[in-house]
Amino acid sequence: MLTIAQATYDAIVAHARRDHPDEACGVVAGPAGSDRPERFIPMLNAARSPTFYEFDAADLLRLYREMDQRDEDPVVIYHSHTATEAYPSRTDTSLAQEPRAHYVLVSTRDPDRAEFRSFRIVDGEVTEEPVQVVQSPPAADARAADAWAVDAWGQADRRHTVGHTPTSVVYDCPTS
Amino acid sequence: MAIEVRIPTILRSYTGGAKVVEGKGDSLAALIDDLDSRHPGLRDRLVTSDGALHRFVNVYVNDEDVRFTGALDAVLREGDSVTILPAVAGGAVGGLPPTG
Repeated sequence: MLTIAQATYDAIVAHARRDHPDEACGVVAGPAGSDRPERFIPMLNAARSPTFYEFDAADLLRLYREMDQRDEDPVVIYHSHTATEAYPSRTDTSLAQEPRAHYVLVSTRDPDRAEFRSFRIVDGEVTEEPVQVVQSPPAADARAADAWAVDAWGQADRRHTVGHTPTSVVYDCPTS
Repeated sequence: MAIEVRIPTILRSYTGGAKVVEGKGDSLAALIDDLDSRHPGLRDRLVTSDGALHRFVNVYVNDEDVRFTGALDAVLREGDSVTILPAVAGGAVGGLPPTG
């Protein structure tokens, strides 16, 4: 499962909207081994294409150096599809080279509803996973209290309520 | 002549989990051959059967992308630091984009 802060989720969707109709891409880094996506890092799509993305090679080196110095992992690697569903394409699958990352796909094909889904891609095999959006960064102790809104398979616009918080919370996707 | 080589996560299965290994060679091609002699299989992950660097693997000597400094012919010197990083790339289309 991917657990991600609402603010980070919103930032990813906003980046995808901003770069539409080109694909947007970026990383959310987190402390090494923590599986916590904490530091949102939007990247330039060097391909500037509606059907392809690639981090610029120099940016890529800077990014990995910085994560190394800060002892971070690329916990989330995200990109958008602008005319198709938020599911890894054959290209995505064959080029995925971070087996420990959550690959987040956002589709901006519908201007009013964003799709936000998360996958593991290991050795060419795609496994979808639930996305849990939390109100604040998932610090170790505060996680349970803040957790809500598990829409297992990520239709971001779908309204739903969650049973394990005192008051149910309705999730609205940003539509700007 | 010792050259420090930084290995990305996905290739650490070839280096026994090591993040940094040492190698030698006066060109990138020679360094990769040297590494492959101790970490068999690594070469095939970096170099195509046609003898070119894989399009979606980035190799840097110090801060320079070797694509701009001769690719496999890039010259190496004692104390250089080589970084291998898989490209972060993909996209909605079914096929790969033109190489370049």
